[in-house]
Amino acid sequence: MNMHVNGENHQFDAGLTIGQLLKQLDLQPDRVVLELNQNILNTTDNINTELHEKDKLEIIQFVGGG
Amino acid sequence: MDPLVIAGRKFNSRLMVGTGKFSSNLAMQSAMESSGCEIVTVALRRVDINNPGDNMLQHIDRERYLLLPNTSGARDAEEAVRLARLARAAGCEPWIKLEVTPDPYYLLPDPIETLKAAIILVKEGFNVLPYMPADPVLARHLEEAGTVTVMPLGAPIGTNRGMRTRDLINIIIEQANVPVVVDAGLGAPSHVAEAMEMGADAVLVNTALADTPNPALMGEAFKKGVEAGRMAYLAGLGPQRAKAQASSPLTGFLREE
Amino acid sequence: MSFFDLLQKYPATELLQRFEQVETQDIDRALTRQKLSIDDFLCLISPKISDNQIETLAQIAHRITSQRFGRTIQLYAPLYLSNECHNGCKYCGFSADNHDLRRKTLNDDEILREAEHLHRQGFRHILLLTGEAPEAAGVDFIEHVVRLLSKRFSSLSLEVFPMSREEYQRLVDAGVDGLTLYQETYDQNLYPDLHPYGPKSDFQFRLEGPERAGQAGLRRIGIGALLGLGDYLTDAFYTGLHARYLMQRFWRTQVTISFPRLRPAEGGFAPRSFVSDRQLTQLICALRLLAPDAGLVLSTREDAELRDNLLPLGITQMSAGSCTAPGGYEGDEGDGEQFTISDHRTPEEICDILAERGYEAVWKDWDGAFADQRT
Repeated sequence: MNMHVNGENHQFDAGLTIGQLLKQLDLQPDRVVLELNQNILNTTDNINTELHEKDKLEIIQFVGGG
Repeated sequence: MDPLVIAGRKFNSRLMVGTGKFSSNLAMQSAMESSGCEIVTVALRRVDINNPGDNMLQHIDRERYLLLPNTSGARDAEEAVRLARLARAAGCEPWIKLEVTPDPYYLLPDPIETLKAAIILVKEGFNVLPYMPADPVLARHLEEAGTVTVMPLGAPIGTNRGMRTRDLINIIIEQANVPVVVDAGLGAPSHVAEAMEMGADAVLVNTALADTPNPALMGEAFKKGVEAGRMAYLAGLGPQRAKAQASSPLTGFLREE
Repeated sequence: MSFFDLLQKYPATELLQRFEQVETQDIDRALTRQKLSIDDFLCLISPKISDNQIETLAQIAHRITSQRFGRTIQLYAPLYLSNECHNGCKYCGFSADNHDLRRKTLNDDEILREAEHLHRQGFRHILLLTGEAPEAAGVDFIEHVVRLLSKRFSSLSLEVFPMSREEYQRLVDAGVDGLTLYQETYDQNLYPDLHPYGPKSDFQFRLEGPERAGQAGLRRIGIGALLGLGDYLTDAFYTGLHARYLMQRFWRTQVTISFPRLRPAEGGFAPRSFVSDRQLTQLICALRLLAPDAGLVLSTREDAELRDNLLPLGITQMSAGSCTAPGGYEGDEGDGEQFTISDHRTPEEICDILAERGYEAVWKDWDGAFADQRT
């Protein structure tokens, strides 16, 4: 399936869950925050949420900043 | 030294440190350590999914430092509010350094969008610390909106030019009922000392600590600058005397009986 | 938090203890401050201040005043509309106990005549005064008078009984832009003795009047204690505290402060203490440091010489040529005065003296016509 992740189109297997995606990307769920189709998600509560074709996902983390 | 109180929370250090632009995480940690800071700012960015890189959180001891996420990158109120909500969803306490900087050249804060965002975020229960132009009337409006500090800029961010807005910050300090934190442009310990001598409650420094070959030593230098300025303020700087004493004293009439 | 609640946090006994502890270096330190804490202010009104320190205080107050206000003095005149009153204030000429006083409320013709008199002299800022007798001179009456005069004057202020926020709002809409409401004394225990009956006996309702006026959007709010009624030091301190409270909450409003002094045995009332010229001077200067932007008002209660001496130290507004009896400008004089005037110079003479000293008399610095509520 095709999804829009962090502003880019990417292909993923159908039925992918958020937990699986993060694992694929080597990201720790408690250190990122997700916005799915403009809604902020609590990552840990949504670890088993399935993603769908054309979902828009933002994966955000902390970086240095003043 | 006397504690700094923001939104009912006490801090022993009056120096806040930004975590951007350091050459390495080690350099950043050493500057944080030596500066004695208790509040550190961080930014939120999209993960580069082709190259996830490093997460800032693993380098900051959350027991020791209050993580103050900023909304840097926001160009209007809506974007800033979105970033603030994301930061809270990431498990941060509801403290937010509000930055709205549509101008990509000097990164100057947008007063109108900053105020709009502040009003929304205060209603959502955030402790809002707004980065702002050194404008006393804007400071009044932000305070009225319920922000827990005001954070006027000393000079454009990253310029290391010191207290260029001194006269306006003086007025803000005189009028403010919330802590005044001078943010941006402070490039030397003498700059932060000057801000603190004037009666600023705290300062925020980033570039000056990041952009030096020795961040650890510079962190300590800024710590001392802040402390020296605060102590001088508390002690009471020598009175500014009129250049010449008036030839006839103003209160002479009280002694002519 | 209302000012009533804030006041409870500063009990007089603790303040007096703090006054005892003030040391000379505390006063020196307070003199270096750019922004005074309320404790710095307390130090600056301390009786322990030396002659040198008072001179330094005056120099700073003078500098701040010329920075913020330049060399100008705004002139205003009181217009007494009525002396009818249901209150029994022990020190006031209008007290209901004063059975010898001829009671009078001006009719429209008389009001216009008095107003014309002041207008001819040059006044454009007028302070309207009444006692507290709603059936003779209540909110409706005041609103009517304001509408009667608002086109003729640039600024109309009130010194009347305290009102609800809605009533203040009505009067703002009618064209009032200033309010003066003295607490008389901030001493809650003494207050009932001095105001034994009548609506004014409600300490808290009066105390919170200025903040209700602030909420209603009055442009200028004046406060003050009648110095000498209660303990001088605590009343002086509370006046500063009150001014600061109002300035912090209503930053669009200019706070003005007055320091009326009771004279010995005025109207048969013996004040608890007489506030000396030195204390008054010190208080004016200390208030200037605490509240650099506050208007500081000196009335014709004080004599000409002292008024002239206090001119450079922080004063921004003065009354001139005042008469404190209703109808007194144009009609029969000397009857039914509220208090005795000490500076008898005419507005013209005052202007000349101001000019001689390098000050400009300002007859108006604001036009109510610009405010959209005034039609």
